[in-house]
Amino acid sequence: MNKKEPLVRVMKRETIAGWKSWLFRAASIALALIVIAVFVFAIIGISPLNVYTLMWEGAFGNSIYFNDTLFFTAKLLCIAVALAPAFKMRFWNIGAEGQVLAGALATSLIMVYCSSLPAPLLYILMFVSAIVLSAIWGLIPAIFKAKWNVNETLFTLMMNYVAIQIVNYFYNKWRGAASALGKLNKGTKAGYLPTIFGSKEALMLLVVGVLTILMYLYLNKTKQGYEIAVVGESVNTAKYAGMDVKKVVVRTMLISGAVCGVCGFMTVAGQDHSISSASAGGYGFTSIIVAWLAKFNTMVMVLIALFVVFLEKGTNHITDAFAGFDDSASKIVIGIMLFFVIGCEFFINYKLSFFRFRKGEK
Amino acid sequence: MKKILSTLLVMILAVSMLAGCGANNTNNAGSSSDATATPEASTTSDVKVGVILVGDETEGYTKAHIDGIVAAAANTGIAESNILWKYSVPESADCYTAAKELVAQGCSVIISNSYGHQDYMAEAAAEFTDVPFVAMTGDYAAISGLDNLYNAFTDVYQSRYVSGVVAGMKIAELVANNEIPETGYDADGNVKIGYVGAFPYAEVVSGFTSFYLGIKSVYENVSMEVTYTSSWFDIEAEAAAAESLMADGCVIIGQHADSTGAPTAIQSAQDGNGTVAFSVGYNVDMLEAAPTAALTSATNEWSVYYTTLFNAVIAGSAIPQDWSEGYDVGAVAITTLGSSCAAGTAEKVAEVEAALKSGSLYVFDTSTFTVEGAAITSAPVDLSYYDYSTGTPTVVYTGETVEAIKTDANGVSYFDESSFRAAPYFSLIIDGITIK
Repeated sequence: MNKKEPLVRVMKRETIAGWKSWLFRAASIALALIVIAVFVFAIIGISPLNVYTLMWEGAFGNSIYFNDTLFFTAKLLCIAVALAPAFKMRFWNIGAEGQVLAGALATSLIMVYCSSLPAPLLYILMFVSAIVLSAIWGLIPAIFKAKWNVNETLFTLMMNYVAIQIVNYFYNKWRGAASALGKLNKGTKAGYLPTIFGSKEALMLLVVGVLTILMYLYLNKTKQGYEIAVVGESVNTAKYAGMDVKKVVVRTMLISGAVCGVCGFMTVAGQDHSISSASAGGYGFTSIIVAWLAKFNTMVMVLIALFVVFLEKGTNHITDAFAGFDDSASKIVIGIMLFFVIGCEFFINYKLSFFRFRKGEK
Repeated sequence: MKKILSTLLVMILAVSMLAGCGANNTNNAGSSSDATATPEASTTSDVKVGVILVGDETEGYTKAHIDGIVAAAANTGIAESNILWKYSVPESADCYTAAKELVAQGCSVIISNSYGHQDYMAEAAAEFTDVPFVAMTGDYAAISGLDNLYNAFTDVYQSRYVSGVVAGMKIAELVANNEIPETGYDADGNVKIGYVGAFPYAEVVSGFTSFYLGIKSVYENVSMEVTYTSSWFDIEAEAAAAESLMADGCVIIGQHADSTGAPTAIQSAQDGNGTVAFSVGYNVDMLEAAPTAALTSATNEWSVYYTTLFNAVIAGSAIPQDWSEGYDVGAVAITTLGSSCAAGTAEKVAEVEAALKSGSLYVFDTSTFTVEGAAITSAPVDLSYYDYSTGTPTVVYTGETVEAIKTDANGVSYFDESSFRAAPYFSLIIDGITIK
């Protein structure tokens, strides 16, 4: 036996059976649930069963929770769907937060300054300007990437802060002497989207549902979707096949930004009726994880977004019930879960070989 | 093999430590979890109270509300486990979500403690019409047309006036002992006072004016500078404001902001180079932060309102839609007098408090102040609620325009604060006060 032999050796897997990778994922979730149960028991001393019952109640316990969970799932999903084409192209768009804010800002600007327009025209203008501004927010880094190969991760990330500051500027301008902005167009309610089927959330679900399906079809059944996949796999192959890579990059980021714009529009016009730098609520970043875990498949994203929101709402419910369990504790729980789920991807891609077993092989 | 063994040992150790922590902490949390499971409240009332707080117990303003709610719950027999707290809820759509979640948990009344929560409480109130929503310090419940939206405030200008009296006594003492340096007087020989305000609204203006008038009632020759920090809670900005006011020579620094930034800065100036400056705080006793610099703080006794509210909710009787009371029911007070207060302060305070209680003394007596050199004879106040975001004020809810100057049976004229609406509306800048 070689003395220098390491305890564990990491090897890249060539392939892995589909069922096996799902087994890994299931196991990691099970492990995470156990660790979460231990963690929650450690700080507030309630049984694992109690933990998960509370979490279930908080996410689906009654119609109020259920609708809220669906709404936030739709919001998160919408951004993840927006990221899907960019990520599939291996264009690391970390700027969804800013792109959503850009859409939210454009919507608010039209709401505030064009509130006297007739309702249908106002809605159309709000919607179009949200999409355009968000698309521009995505377009700028894309052009720099296409023309000068500027690193898109940093560029899109920094565009977030630009958006946040511009939103802060208008927030402060509009709030005037008050400490907080409150709702826009309080008196006229101009630009507030109507409720459909008597529900504030239904329109959001409908819009995001349609977008999810369209994006799935776009990525999997169209020529442009195929181009995105090829550029993602290998830029050189794409070039060799005669694809205009620059055009694909720019076009894809326009789409990615525009879908973020829809999210910004729906958030401001449909739900919040207000804007702040927190309008995207950090979902611009959470959605990156959702998109990744779903392997850029928008249908799988539905489940993952639902799961993440379930964790959020569920732990929030524990926070309400127990004084010792605060907001940071609920973030830790979500962190544990994501740690295991993302960590398991490592075991799907790599194989560990222990020296004890290797000895036998020799 | 050794490596594996040691790894295992470390893991076992870690797990047992974790388990140890768990055992310790279960005792702490045990009481609250037990309470949730077995409703102690059944002996008294099963009313569930939902509370949305802009901060947490580390913030003076929010702590005062928490204390008030806990005390009122004890007064009315609501078990503490039946109070659901939502801490650090921003003044955004998050407040609406929080309100909905409290409805979902079956709360019989939902309270929010910050002004900026009001719009979202109104949204929730319109949706869940059978649950009362109380937007504390709000200003449009009565004109909103929503029957289940409520506002409440206190006549805190009264306790600010009394805290001004405390400061006035101190100034009189300092002047008598010749302890104020030359920089402490302005060109006209007035003693300089400073004030750290949060925002330029009526609430703050009403507060510093009553503080100033309180001082003036004891020591006539004073002038006051006001600085705004544009935040309700910003330790650093409040400390910086206090420092710049002290550098200007102010010997008394009042505040309408929620942190201990100002008192702490004043204490360290006192300790550091013997600066003659004293602090009058807000919300909570500042003596811990500034043992010799703090004189007193003006506070709200929120428990008085919350007791009224909880009693009404339990009895199912009408809740006052726009409540504001002062010394007459004990809804406002000042905190324990600090050791630096002038001799005779306690007696003077008792006298002024009694006069406010009986109604024989008016804080905004028009004979005690002038605006641009003239006494005020008329002050129309528009109670409508406006949206200012577009630059042109748009009426959201229409209210009456009332004449705020009243004259009592003895012919004394005064500005009638907080009686037409709970939220303060005195927004005149009187002579002797300058905004920096």
